[in-house]
Amino acid sequence: MKPTDISVPDYFHKVVDCQWACPAHTPVPEYIRLIAAGRYGDAYMINWQSNVFPGVLGRTCDRPCEPACRRGRVEKEPVAICRLKRVAADFKDDIRDRLPKPPAQKNGKRVALVGGGPASLTVARDLAPIGYECVVFDQDPLSGGMMRTQIPKFRLPESVLDEECRYVLDLGVKFVGGKRIDSMKALLAENFDAIFVGCGAPRGRDLDIPGRKEAAKNIHIGIDWLSSVSFGHIDKIGRRVIVLGGGNTAMDCCRSSRRLGGEEVKVVVRSGFEEMKASPWEKEDAMHEDIPIFNYLVPKEFTHDNGRLTGVTFTKVKAVSDADGRRNLVPTDEPDQHFACDDVLVAVGQENAFPWIERDCGIEFDKWNMPKVDPKTMGSTNPKVFFGGDSAFGPKNVIWAVAHGHDAAVSIDRICRGENVAERPAPQMTIFSQKMGIHEWSYDNEVALDKRYRVPHREKLVALRDIRAEVELGYDVDLALKEAERCLNCDVQTVFTGHLCIECDACVDICPMDCITFTQNGDETDLRSRLEAPAVNLTQDLYIGNSLKTGRIMVKDEDVCLHCGLCAERCPTGAWDMQKYLIEATHAEQACHSKV
Amino acid sequence: MTYVIKPKFRHPELPKNKIGFTHRDYEGAVSTLCAGCGHDSISAAIIEACFELSIPPHRVAKLSGIGCSSKTPTYFLGSSHGFNSVHGRMPSVLTGANLANRDLIYLGVSGDGDSASIGFGQFAHAIRRGVDMVYIVENNGVYGLTKGQFSATADPGSKSKRGVVNTDSAIDLVGIALQIGATFVGRSFSGDKAQLTPLIKAAIEHRGAAFIDVISPCVAFNNHVGSTKSFDYVREHNDVVNKLDFVTGRATIEIDYAPGSVEVVQQHDGSTLALRKLDAEYDVHDRVAAMSFLQHHSAKGQIVTGLLYVAAESEDMHGHLNTVATPLNGLGDQELCPGSAALEKFNASLR
Repeated sequence: MKPTDISVPDYFHKVVDCQWACPAHTPVPEYIRLIAAGRYGDAYMINWQSNVFPGVLGRTCDRPCEPACRRGRVEKEPVAICRLKRVAADFKDDIRDRLPKPPAQKNGKRVALVGGGPASLTVARDLAPIGYECVVFDQDPLSGGMMRTQIPKFRLPESVLDEECRYVLDLGVKFVGGKRIDSMKALLAENFDAIFVGCGAPRGRDLDIPGRKEAAKNIHIGIDWLSSVSFGHIDKIGRRVIVLGGGNTAMDCCRSSRRLGGEEVKVVVRSGFEEMKASPWEKEDAMHEDIPIFNYLVPKEFTHDNGRLTGVTFTKVKAVSDADGRRNLVPTDEPDQHFACDDVLVAVGQENAFPWIERDCGIEFDKWNMPKVDPKTMGSTNPKVFFGGDSAFGPKNVIWAVAHGHDAAVSIDRICRGENVAERPAPQMTIFSQKMGIHEWSYDNEVALDKRYRVPHREKLVALRDIRAEVELGYDVDLALKEAERCLNCDVQTVFTGHLCIECDACVDICPMDCITFTQNGDETDLRSRLEAPAVNLTQDLYIGNSLKTGRIMVKDEDVCLHCGLCAERCPTGAWDMQKYLIEATHAEQACHSKV
Repeated sequence: MTYVIKPKFRHPELPKNKIGFTHRDYEGAVSTLCAGCGHDSISAAIIEACFELSIPPHRVAKLSGIGCSSKTPTYFLGSSHGFNSVHGRMPSVLTGANLANRDLIYLGVSGDGDSASIGFGQFAHAIRRGVDMVYIVENNGVYGLTKGQFSATADPGSKSKRGVVNTDSAIDLVGIALQIGATFVGRSFSGDKAQLTPLIKAAIEHRGAAFIDVISPCVAFNNHVGSTKSFDYVREHNDVVNKLDFVTGRATIEIDYAPGSVEVVQQHDGSTLALRKLDAEYDVHDRVAAMSFLQHHSAKGQIVTGLLYVAAESEDMHGHLNTVATPLNGLGDQELCPGSAALEKFNASLR
């Protein structure tokens, strides 16, 4: 194998598994260290730079970082990254004077943002401080998009959302609420320099089975219902409720129902419990609120009596793999099941709808009626129009919307400067030694086995009484410190300098995880098989160092390295060093234009 | 030396031996020696050897004297018996322990000061008595704890870190061991675990006095240009006479070397050594030839390493003395103290 080129930004970025997995590439270990140090405001600002909505995401993020967390590979459970983010938001001081100020001088460029959700607000956050005039249009009176309309208040208090939306709008962003954009053509005619579409996937899928029309009064589309609950238009539901669907929207529907009068609330899913799309912790929370989940039941008919819903009949199915290994749901011989209920919430998916985009305004659509969007630039086939969030590639989650927003902002900035959108400015990267003296490192590297700490919850009876009472109470300062200490500091990298190495084996002997091997070179498969411990995780790289006197190479399996720094501590010549690697994904406001 | 506690985590795929342990289960406390010390690599080789042999740690007694090397038993086999003796007196303590309990595996760990200076006589007598043990000298040619004076094994002409040239002759412990009757003699280098680990395994399985001299560079005081015990010097002048593959029990030996280049050596306990000869003229069974070979190469400035001598038949001290087969702690009061009548009878036999 060739020696590893650690100057390639991606190499060490991949080692910081959480940051690599985060669509917005939030520097997770960096902010967790700040939380451990009690510097909540600093931790918040790092988050705010990367993901714009730390308080919101710290409560609602889908957490792609956590399954990636290295702690989860050496212990049972990953670091509670998401809930630590909330700690930064909960305990920070007033950070308003640390936010960018609206620029004294505008650059004369105008950007229209359709939809006031996380994607649009991210674009505005990135562009407003550097002089763009950003105008956000939303059909609802308040900004926030699905964060406001679909996430129930018991998961995300309104005050948190208001605060973080305000931080963006206070940058001099113009918000036009209650205005629905009905025509792309008309918008294009207003001569904006760029248009960003971030209006989500606003159409909830319906269930067209017998009885749907007759019992329509008590059958509601999940996301519309949640939106009405959010704005206070709906404040009660029947005693017996059935929620159809197994995604996070279904979980929000059933838990909201429990707070609006639903005493017997059931979730019914077509497929297996394990296959449900909802995050495991959301299923857990629902079941904790006495909501049973029934699986392998396909809705067959809404039963009704005199225009009044009486229940739902289901066909019992089982999963069978066909010859190609595809899973199919086939009916069993068991009799149909009937659940009586007063209301049904249909949460079986949502889809995009662009009736307002005329098909002849230069924006091409694919065969699924989705706009053709470049995943790197977020540009459509109309050079002035960009997409992001759920509008771009269908329903995902807030953190993806933020990532799209950053990318689109870079594109819009480049196009307005007359630069090539396809060329992307490189991310900012720094790497520097953490050695402060003999046995002194500027990070806490005493790694210990430590189980994940539970986030305290509000007592169930109290929580169910008020739909605005937040269920999770968040970590207190002590718990946060303990959980923060579980972070392995994966961004403090083991950096090897071959010509300094005397091959004394001190690092090999001390490494608690048997990550380091000195051996003859070979191809990757061969090397992986003959290391001190087998390197079986192919998603993790081997770090190859050369320039050794004996002609051997140093091979380090990045997989389960604890970043404890014992190799550097034991190295007599400084061939190993622990260096903090910080990479910041490119944002429009920082992109150095001369670099490209 | 390090202040970071070694985490209890271990690699999830770490292999286990026959008794269900990983090599981490054979570790001791974290070393307090200088970072990069050769001795730590020898500790790691001992750990690996005991792991690979599936030795229950509590069946090992590790004994040492005084010095950097003699501190090392703290850093391996944390669940074994240990004894840190007076300077240079490890061999007699080990001999006594072995007489009392012949069932344990005895590991004597010493240094060039402990064995070639203050304990030179002790070293010689334990070897000549054929005590069943593995005697490892971690040989760095300097007194590290007193800041780097030449030891008795420093080669004449080698330079100290401050530039002083050594004018005294060197004691070659391997030569002495051969001369006074060690039945297993090897030399290795702390920087070559691939050679050292099988050598330690073979020595553990050997019955009788097994001696291994391990050149172990002192990174603080003896790893400079002009030293003959530095990493660079040893790597440049290392003359490996053979490579050892250790095969336990009656396992069939797979020989995939060129014909004639592998010698199969059967040890007394039934274990087998597959010896890959790198020097065709070297014969591991010829003690006299070995001594002359060593002298010859030493004069040329070469350091001969490998399995240097193994006796075809070996017997240990218990055999010489015809002692009881059961360890003393396994005997009852009646056997240990047979009473005055037995004493009378015994005294009478001496009259």
